[in-house]
Amino acid sequence: MTPIPSAAETARIQPAATAPELLRNFCIIAHIDHGKSTLADRMLQLTGVVEQRAMRAQYLDRMDIERERGITIKSQAVRMPWVLEGTDGTRTPYALNMIDTPGHVDFTYEVSRSLAACEGAVLLVDAAQGIEAQTLANLYLAMENELAIIPVLNKIDLPAAQPEKYAEEIAGLVGVDPESVLKVSGKTGVGVEALLDRIVETVPPPVGDADAPARAMIFDSVYDTYRGVVTYVRVVDGKLNPRERISMMSTRATHDLLEIGVSAPEPHPTDGLGVGEVGYLITGVKDVRQSKVGDTVTNALKPAAEALGGYSDPKPMVFSGLYPIDGSDYPILRDALDKLKLNDAALVYEPETSVALGFGFRVGYLGLLHLEIVRERLEREFDLDLISTAPNVIYDVTMEDRSVVTVTNPSEFPGGKIGEVREPVVKATILAPSEFIGAIMELCQTKRGDLQGMDYLSADRVELRYFLPLAEIVFDFFDQLKSKTRGYASLDYDVVGEQAADLVKVDILLQGEQVDAFSAIVHKDKAYAYGVMMTGKLKELIPRQQFEVPIQAAVGARVIARETIRAIRKDVLAKCYGGDISRKRKLLEKQKEGKKRMKTIGRVDVPQEAFIAALSSDAADPKDKGKK
Amino acid sequence: MSPALPDGDPAPADGALPRWAGGSGAPQRAFGVYVHVPFCTVRCGYCDFNTYTATELGGGASQDSYATTALSEIELGAHVLADAGLPAREVSTVFVGGGTPTVLPAGDLARILDGLRDAWGLADGAEVTTEANPDSVSPEYLRTLADAGFTRVSFGMQSAVPHVLATLERTHDPARIPDVVAWARDAGLDVSLDLIYGTPGESLDDWRTSVEAALATGVDHVSAYALVVEPGTRMAVQVRRGELTLPDEDDQAAKYELADELLTASGLRWYEVSNWARERADGSVAACRHNLAYWRGDDWWGVGPGAHSYVGGPLVGDDGDEIAGVRWWNVKHPRRYATMLAAGQSPAAGRELLDAPTATLERVMLGVRLAEGLDLAELSAAGRRAVAGQVAAGLLDGRAAIGGRALLTRRGRLLADAVVRDLTD
Ligand SMILES: Nc1nc2c(ncn2[C@@H]2O[C@H](COP(=O)(O)OP(=O)(O)OP(=O)(O)O)[C@@H](O)[C@H]2O)c(=O)[nH]1
Ligand code: SF4
Ligand SMILES: [Mg+2]
Repeated sequence: MTPIPSAAETARIQPAATAPELLRNFCIIAHIDHGKSTLADRMLQLTGVVEQRAMRAQYLDRMDIERERGITIKSQAVRMPWVLEGTDGTRTPYALNMIDTPGHVDFTYEVSRSLAACEGAVLLVDAAQGIEAQTLANLYLAMENELAIIPVLNKIDLPAAQPEKYAEEIAGLVGVDPESVLKVSGKTGVGVEALLDRIVETVPPPVGDADAPARAMIFDSVYDTYRGVVTYVRVVDGKLNPRERISMMSTRATHDLLEIGVSAPEPHPTDGLGVGEVGYLITGVKDVRQSKVGDTVTNALKPAAEALGGYSDPKPMVFSGLYPIDGSDYPILRDALDKLKLNDAALVYEPETSVALGFGFRVGYLGLLHLEIVRERLEREFDLDLISTAPNVIYDVTMEDRSVVTVTNPSEFPGGKIGEVREPVVKATILAPSEFIGAIMELCQTKRGDLQGMDYLSADRVELRYFLPLAEIVFDFFDQLKSKTRGYASLDYDVVGEQAADLVKVDILLQGEQVDAFSAIVHKDKAYAYGVMMTGKLKELIPRQQFEVPIQAAVGARVIARETIRAIRKDVLAKCYGGDISRKRKLLEKQKEGKKRMKTIGRVDVPQEAFIAALSSDAADPKDKGKK
Repeated sequence: MSPALPDGDPAPADGALPRWAGGSGAPQRAFGVYVHVPFCTVRCGYCDFNTYTATELGGGASQDSYATTALSEIELGAHVLADAGLPAREVSTVFVGGGTPTVLPAGDLARILDGLRDAWGLADGAEVTTEANPDSVSPEYLRTLADAGFTRVSFGMQSAVPHVLATLERTHDPARIPDVVAWARDAGLDVSLDLIYGTPGESLDDWRTSVEAALATGVDHVSAYALVVEPGTRMAVQVRRGELTLPDEDDQAAKYELADELLTASGLRWYEVSNWARERADGSVAACRHNLAYWRGDDWWGVGPGAHSYVGGPLVGDDGDEIAGVRWWNVKHPRRYATMLAAGQSPAAGRELLDAPTATLERVMLGVRLAEGLDLAELSAAGRRAVAGQVAAGLLDGRAAIGGRALLTRRGRLLADAVVRDLTD
């Protein structure tokens, strides 16, 4: 018998008319790249919501940037039908609501929102890789939300798969019998039907009061050029109906419902959403801030008394200056950020100016991948050329007079008498084959890490827990971890607090003038290395001038490193071939163009490319961070 | 290969120029002719000039018929200038360059000069120079030239040091230089020597040896050019492969300064960034007037493949627009050059009509390089404001600036392009 419902069966699982017992809300969680989106593809096909010919890999990864990088950035919810046949042959149709989530640590907040809309989670583990750091992080989140966990091994088609070994591992972690761990291949589809059955059997149906005033939790809010803000909700109590007036409980703002529906995965307007259902609302608001994630939607005429517990906004952890390479693009950049913000509540920014780079913004991000993605989207979707300064974290500086300065930009680091500097600390979990313990410990040591504990997950796999300064992670920790473990280690981290540290600001001076974009806050022991690195790099990049240019690195008034760009002695073309003056003139015109694009620091002309090169080569390339 | 021709507009098939708008008054500018001889016996490793060896040429445009072909362009030129309404001017300077003009029989060069006489007439006291390879001249050859009306010869000496000549792939024997200079002077010709500095492997002492050797011949004129390794040359390949190491800019600057000291001490004075000439009793210098004409923005007709020509304004376009000058350039390949002329067509490949600001930019770019300096009135207001800064930086001469001229100091000569960028802001 087919698990796809007949017409009569379909009638029983219509949106707004499905008994909660027939609903199953679940998400797929995993470490990055373990195959969540590919598994979701098979589910879309098996349940018949996406036709064979319309299918493409990672169907739910819709943004260009997701498709190019092969990673999920935004969670996607889809309603799918599925029929289960009982032992007695009776068929029961169910409406499944599946949410595919991102795996990268920067987007953990997306996962946690999705979890709040579900009663169950499929915990997917790559059968060739085993448990990784984000497997643990996401499992932990799911358990916190009291979700039913379905452990599943994926990619069993791979020759390198070791399903038996990892079944043990995962069963031990979740506390189930290894035999019960499902084995699937998102690629070939093996085991996916059984998984859908298992989901229906194991995930509890939602529970809510159908007669109570409506309460729905906003778990996502997305700006769409054509439709305005699309708000994704999970109804807890009561029912939301088309065309009624709704109210946001935090602000009491009311809106008319222009459209209500479910994603399947294209938007399908419905007669409303009932208890336990997941769907979307369109009210015509233009700004996602009017439809905030975590807020509770209720009926304006018959409002609920109490809001559902919300989420806190994700806090930016990493800051960096963002500048248009062509200064005249500044207004475009401002508008572009405003637009992107509509879609990305995690993005914060405010204007700043830099002597070296002109007008731009200081932007707060969730992490380096988030930084990279925001920048890439700005460049791509708004046709901008941008440069970002080296990322830094937030510091709290307590002055001797007890006043506190919060520093998000190194050049704001106060100069006077400093009492204490506090920096954010993360709890990092590193999973790796045990042969790399020594290398990892050594690395964490140099990154000012503090070992909190170590556990063997199996005979040859180990979990190390460290407290590490976020600033060290933001720099190049991940790259080094990967290279020291031949790519085998995985990392998850969570900001857990802050600590006092011996931090100083290193300034870079060009002929005595501070170049703001290059100031950095570093640990005292690393100030010298930073100074030597940056002065050396600028010496290579800045063209010789008509006079000697000293480049210094200084902590306060103390110079810790120095390089000198010698004065240029020759800048003249000897000859004009056969009177080929046009060629010479064009060269001159080109040079003059180049000169216009120079930034002048004091008397020193620096091509912007030099600043850009100096900045980009040392920000560890976050591009591969999208991938493990 | 030689540098690509500039991008420009197509040139009309008959070579017609925009019309002279200066009424009956003749241009105040001198009129010169450059004749390009695009042949060499072998190609030197650093050379990217528009020149061809017999093998590179492959048939179809022989050296034997070159003088005849060039003469047909000269004839065409006389018509084109007259048709544009330009009042007739005699030729005041001629420069035959290459390539190696002296691969042609002296008689061919003489015929070309006769052609110029027929077409435009040679002014009294005209300066007529040919470049020459020290390898390929004899006393008789030089005498024939002098008899035909040549007044000056410029030898490609390049260096007096064998290993430097070898790196440059120059085949002549440096010991010949004093001889060829003496033969030329016996024939009554003024002599100039061309030197190159900054060849890979050349030490400062090597360079001193070369400059001193040039001075020892008693010549009145020396040109010294920094070696530029152009892309596409054999030498560029050798540098890329690491077989040759280029001297750095500082080394080249030091060599320039050394040359300037040695030449000045021997009574030669710079009159253009790369050119020195003997100071006469009246304070003038035995400069190459043809060379000066380029830097001063005078008019010239360039005969031969790849040659450039320039006629300054006031000219007027078909649409009545004012044109400050027209520059055009011939097709590069000798075979195509010959075919076009044989078909009665102008060999011009493209041209550029200059508007007033562009013409001014060029005048500044070229004029600043001269020891006579540039009239500050040529500069824009911003350019004039930049002068003080350049004087303060030691790149422009303060006294000259007060006197109304932009004149490079020695340091300024080495940074002339930077000065130009500043003055043309
Ligand atoms: N051989 C094999 N490859 C698979 C399977 N499932 C996924 N893959 C491959 O694994 C890679 C990652 O798959 P995705 O589905 O994008 O993984 P994801 O977990 O959604 O990744 P993020 O959203 O970035 O966290 C892709 O190259 C898939 O083709 C499988 O069952 N077998
Ligand atoms: S002789 Fe002059 S033109 Fe001829 S190949 Fe050598 S450098 Fe080039
Ligand atoms: Mg995915």
